[in-house]
Amino acid sequence: MDTDVPAETGLHCRGLVKSYGKIEVLKSVDLNLEPGRVCALIGENGAGKSTFNSIIAGVVQPSGGSMWLDGAAYAPTSPSDAIDRGVALIHQEIRLLPGLSVAENLFLGRLPTRAGRIDRAGMEEQAREVLDSIGVRLDPRRPVRGLSMAQQQGIEIAKAILRRPNYVIFDEPTASLGESEAEHILGLVRSLRDAGTGVIYVSHRLDEVRAIADQVLCLRDGESVALWEDGAPKTQAMINAMVGREFTFGHHAPEPHRDQVVLKVEGAGRTGAFEDISFELHQGEILGIAGLVGAGRTDVVRAIAGADQLDRGRIEVEGREVRVSTPKGAMEAGISMVPEDRKGLGLNLDRTAAENITLPWERELTRFGTVMPGTVEGIGRDQKARFDIRGRMNLPVGSMSGGNQQKVLLAKWLVHDPRVFIVDEPTRGVDVGAKMAIYEILRQLAAAGIGVIVVSSELEEVLGLSHRILVMCEGRSSGILSRADATPERVMALAVGD
Amino acid sequence: MSQSKPNVAGDRTTAGPASAVLGRAAQAIPGPLIGLILVCAVFSFLSPYFLTTRNIFNIFSQVSEIGIMSVGAALVIITGGIDLSVGAVLALSVMVNAWFYRDFGIPFPLAMLAGLLVGTFVGFVNGILATYGRIQPFVATLATMSACTGLALYVTNGSPITGFPDHFSTLTRVRLLGIPLEMILMGAVFLAVAFWLNFRPTGRALYAIGGSEEVARLSGIHTRRVKVGVYSLAGFFAALAGLIVTSRLDSAQPTAGVNDLLSVIAVVVIGGASLAGGSGGMLGTFVGLMIIGVLQNGMALLNVSPNLQPVVIGGAIIVAVMLDRRTKS
Repeated sequence: MDTDVPAETGLHCRGLVKSYGKIEVLKSVDLNLEPGRVCALIGENGAGKSTFNSIIAGVVQPSGGSMWLDGAAYAPTSPSDAIDRGVALIHQEIRLLPGLSVAENLFLGRLPTRAGRIDRAGMEEQAREVLDSIGVRLDPRRPVRGLSMAQQQGIEIAKAILRRPNYVIFDEPTASLGESEAEHILGLVRSLRDAGTGVIYVSHRLDEVRAIADQVLCLRDGESVALWEDGAPKTQAMINAMVGREFTFGHHAPEPHRDQVVLKVEGAGRTGAFEDISFELHQGEILGIAGLVGAGRTDVVRAIAGADQLDRGRIEVEGREVRVSTPKGAMEAGISMVPEDRKGLGLNLDRTAAENITLPWERELTRFGTVMPGTVEGIGRDQKARFDIRGRMNLPVGSMSGGNQQKVLLAKWLVHDPRVFIVDEPTRGVDVGAKMAIYEILRQLAAAGIGVIVVSSELEEVLGLSHRILVMCEGRSSGILSRADATPERVMALAVGD
Repeated sequence: MSQSKPNVAGDRTTAGPASAVLGRAAQAIPGPLIGLILVCAVFSFLSPYFLTTRNIFNIFSQVSEIGIMSVGAALVIITGGIDLSVGAVLALSVMVNAWFYRDFGIPFPLAMLAGLLVGTFVGFVNGILATYGRIQPFVATLATMSACTGLALYVTNGSPITGFPDHFSTLTRVRLLGIPLEMILMGAVFLAVAFWLNFRPTGRALYAIGGSEEVARLSGIHTRRVKVGVYSLAGFFAALAGLIVTSRLDSAQPTAGVNDLLSVIAVVVIGGASLAGGSGGMLGTFVGLMIIGVLQNGMALLNVSPNLQPVVIGGAIIVAVMLDRRTKS
């Protein structure tokens, strides 16, 4: 352990260690963050980023090592202790109360009072000020319910800034946002930095890291494996440091059979969500759907997969018109969808991986009308092998890492191969290693003749995987680009409606 | 509680050797099982009469009414709902049964069937309200509870009905191979539902629905249909329990079952189910039922004041749930 007292300013960590029992999740990590700088923290899931942040924010206490804050020893015992010392953590998950107003959420737990009553006017005034200062245009009196993810994320940030922290930790603030909303968050981080705040910024999106980081710290398996002091290096260098090996999108899936249309959507519309969507999906084709968050991408695929009702238009699978009013109906027509929100829509985290996988298929798995435990376990084993799922299939799926949960989710919908396979945000919150594996799975499905639709907020991902890309803007299709024509600039231009 | 899925581990071996059942149960529902063993040990020490075959059969007979209702309540709770109307449904079905038989001269078996149908129908209405009607189950079943309680009193203006066929009232006194009939009925209900919950796709779907209804729906399960079925089943079981009550008392009381609701929910919760849904099972419910039954029986044997008994039951709920939490985490 290093005992010299570092500089008068900045947040300094020396040899931080955290172990649970015999397992060391953080092994001697150092950090030097001066005020007015942005340190990006990168690494795969499970690399120790969250533990590291939690220690700095006082959520957990380190097993070893020491910290200094602006020249004084710093050992927060609780999050409120850390906040009092000027260190705020903005969680990745949004924790707002939907029934309360924006202002009430901002001041939760310390509502200002005047003459024994809540000072609403003063509170709303202050709320408006802080929201304006970060460029979030919201009426502080309206309830949080119904606000977009980006707006809610903005409130979370405003909440942290309200306490005027000197150091702010952002834990994947853009994980559930589209490109333009993400851009707004980055602007916010820049203005905080310019005001002299020290920022720790965790993200899986390396283009963002390149855009804002003054320094980059990379963790792998709880160890600090790389530190760049002067801005971010090339994306490839960061990826290599994170995974300890090369990362590429790899080869493209083989060309699809253009003469075989597997899915045809004509004039599809759902009131208030999207209108006039038409496209064809060919056998073995990967069709990307790009667009900003809120453009209606998810609504379109949900309606095709029977999760929502279609108000207008027709759907044909292999030349036969199908009516999909329920997810079951879509499955029977050969359409399966992996929904976007793994925890809320995709998996039941308390049940085992094997039970999750067999859930949609139980009726077909019965023998003499009964589902035998052995059958469920057997399918779990098969899918584990087929998709290289690491973890025990007979434990609650919530105990697996994000990447493995996502593989379980894919495996669930691929017990029987569908004709049309739809994936919505297939790699959200997944580390680089699992990403590569998931891309490979999608390519193999296409190679086997399945029509694949990929919805993603990560432009890189859509461009890297798809044969063609349908771009949406405000509920309408603004164009379909072939791979050769699809540059990031052209896709973005269509997405913003130019 | 969040990681519990006691029934799958537990009920799988119901047909296997007794030691295996106990082993599985100890793994799946450690808290309630320890509790049951504890109260049994205490009472067998305090009362020489407690551990006799006769008394054990007595306990089973006494709890059969609550037991059959608990099965339905457990199913509803596993889906994440709640049914407050079970006691009131029992009263209404009992009265309809007797009323049809006495005042309309309908043959007794048909009148019985009518009672069962009325119970099932109220459950069906509960299910429709809670799913297609988008009313919270607590509120929906509170409303039907009120309505059923009133109707049960209304049909005869509050007076009980007596004069059932002899063969009906002897049912609860008959023994088959020395075992009381109502115990056999309850056992059959528990076994059939345990099989359904663990081995039939629809039964297994209840856990998926209770865990996350949207995940279940996107997985192709007709969640609303299944839930309507579950509430109907809860109504049916309440009516079935009503038959036992009527037979035992040889009269149909419009206030029958009014005190049952709390016992029924206590049984399910002591048995390791979470009101949040997604966990619980027949083995746990059965152990919970036995805890309540043994406590009531034992306290009666020891001449504990009936007014004190609910206090002890309240304590048992807290202790069982705390033990369950502790041993599972």
